[in-house]
Amino acid sequence: MFKSVINLMLISFTLMLFGLPAQAATPKEALWPTLKVAYFGDKPVRENANDLLVIEAPKRAEDAAIVPITVKSLVAQTPDKYIKNIHIIIDNNPEPYSANFHLSPDLGLIDISTRMRVDQYTDVRAIAEMNDGSLHMVSRFVKASGGCSAPAGKDATAALARLGKMQIRMRTPTVGEPVQAQVIVSHPNYNGLQFDQASRRYIPAHYVKNINISYNDRSLINVDAGISISEDPSIRFTFTPNVNGVLKADIVDSKNQTFTLQKEI
Amino acid sequence: MKRFLGVLLLTVLSIKISFGATDYIISELGQGIYYHQGVHEDASAHNIGAIANVSFVVGNNCVAVIDSGGSYLEGSYLRHAIKDRTNLPICYVINTHVHPDHTFGNAAFKSDNPSFIGHSKLAAAMESRQTYFDQTFKEILGSAYTGTEFISPTQIVETNRPITIDLGNRILTLTAHSTAHTDHDLTVYDDFTKTLWTGDLLFIERVPVMDGSINGWIKVMYDMLSLDLNCVIPGHGSPAHSDWQVAINNQLHYFSLMRDQIRSIIANLGTIDQATQSVGLSETSHWELFEHYHRRNITASFVELEWE
Repeated sequence: MFKSVINLMLISFTLMLFGLPAQAATPKEALWPTLKVAYFGDKPVRENANDLLVIEAPKRAEDAAIVPITVKSLVAQTPDKYIKNIHIIIDNNPEPYSANFHLSPDLGLIDISTRMRVDQYTDVRAIAEMNDGSLHMVSRFVKASGGCSAPAGKDATAALARLGKMQIRMRTPTVGEPVQAQVIVSHPNYNGLQFDQASRRYIPAHYVKNINISYNDRSLINVDAGISISEDPSIRFTFTPNVNGVLKADIVDSKNQTFTLQKEI
Repeated sequence: MKRFLGVLLLTVLSIKISFGATDYIISELGQGIYYHQGVHEDASAHNIGAIANVSFVVGNNCVAVIDSGGSYLEGSYLRHAIKDRTNLPICYVINTHVHPDHTFGNAAFKSDNPSFIGHSKLAAAMESRQTYFDQTFKEILGSAYTGTEFISPTQIVETNRPITIDLGNRILTLTAHSTAHTDHDLTVYDDFTKTLWTGDLLFIERVPVMDGSINGWIKVMYDMLSLDLNCVIPGHGSPAHSDWQVAINNQLHYFSLMRDQIRSIIANLGTIDQATQSVGLSETSHWELFEHYHRRNITASFVELEWE
C-alpha cells in the first residue's frame, strides 16, 4: 500500500516539475482532469456522491497552516459493503495527493477529521473507494487565507523539541457505544519545498508518512499521509469498542522514526 | 456640461491614480522621531501594502529606520521622506519581524548600505515564507511589489541579549524576544524619550494577529507592562502616550479571554470548528478587521493549547 502512495506522490511531484503551476499563483485552469487520470487512471469517478459522503471544510482557510477537514459517511460500513479507502486530494497544493485513509469494515459510520495545509484557492476532494473498487467523490472549495498566514510553522524550535510526543484524547468510553477519539503526534511535518539559501538546496522533507490506529491489534484506520498534513498531525475519529481492549496508535515518519502510544479501554 | 465633464474626469483620475508619494503622510513625534501610520486594511495594490507603522529616528550622526514598509514602493516613499528631512546617512534598517508589511521595503534602502538588523531567527523565518510571500504578494500588491526583495539581517540580536546602537548621542536598545507574535519579535527602545517600538507585539485599534504563541505573547505583554515608558509606537494603530498601559491591557484581555475559552473547549474534547464559532465573540466590536483575523487567531491558539 505504501508503494502505491509513494507512486502517487512521485506522479504528482513529476507533474510539479513539468510546469504545472504548483508554486505559482492559483491556477486559472482546473487541474482536476489531469489529477484524476494521474491518480485513478481511466476508472470512472462518480461526482457529487452526496448520498454516500459528506466533506466539511471552512469556506476560507483562516490559517493556511491549519485547515480542519472532516469526512463523514452516510452509509454504515458492513462486511459486505464498505468504504475501503478515502483519498484526500487538494488540487492546488504543491503535492495534491494529501492522504489515503484505509478504513476497517468495523468502523460503523465514518466520521474522521484531520488538519491540512491549504496554500491557495483550491478544491478539496474526498474520494471514497468502495470494497468493490468503485470511486465516489465529494468536494468543497476553500478560499486561501489572506496576507501573512504562510503555510510554514509558527515556532520551528518548539515543534522539533516536542517531536514524537503523542496524545490519545477521549472521554471514558462505554463498551458498545460509539465514542470519539483523537490521536495527535507532535511533528514539524517539513514539506521539503523550503529552499535553504546558504546551502542552495531544499531542506529535506521530514513528515509523518503513516498513522495506524488499531483496536485490539485490528486496524481501524491506517493513514498514508503526505506533506499537506499540518504540523502536529491530528486524526479525530469515531469508533465503537465492542469489548474492553487496547486502542493503539503507531506512527512512522519519513525518516522511519516510529512513535507509539496506547490506551486501555 | 463642460464643467460637469471636468469634474467627472477629475473623479475618474483620482480613482485611477493610486497612492502617490504626496499621500504618504509622515508624522513627527518630536525629538527626531518620525513615523507613518499604516491604514487598518488588508494589503492591496491601492494601499501599496502601507498597513503597518514604519518609523525613523534621527540622531546626530545617523538615521535608523524601524520597519521598512509593505512594498518596495512604500520603502521608497519612506526613504524619500527621510531624505527630505535630513542629509544624515541611513545607517540602520531594523525589522521587528518577518511579515510583509514590516520588511518588504528593505530593498529601497540597499543603496544606503545600512546594517539590516533583526532577531536571530528572522533569516530562517524569511527563508521558509519567501516562496509563499512572493507568489501571494506579487498578485496582491501589483506594481508596488516591483523591486521588493527578501533581505535577511546582516546584524542579529539574540534572545535575552539586547544590543545597543548609537545614532550619535542617541542610543537605541534592541531586544529580541522569545516566541510571541512570531518566533522572532524584536523591540526597540529609545532611552532619550522613553519610547518603545513594539513591532507587532502590540496592536492598537486593529485586531492582533497571532503567528507565534499565545502563551508566549501573554507573557511578553505582562513583562512590557512593568516598563517605564512615555510613549509606545505599536505595529499597527495610533501611538499611545499616557494611556499606553491601557492599550496593552486591551490586547491582554483579548488573548486571555480567548485562552480561557479555548482551554475549556479543549478540556471538553471540543474541536477547532466549535472554538472558531464561539470563542471571544464579546470582543467583536472592539477591534478593526475582527472578522478577518479572529478565527485565525483561535485556530492557531487551539493547536498550541492542545499541548499544554
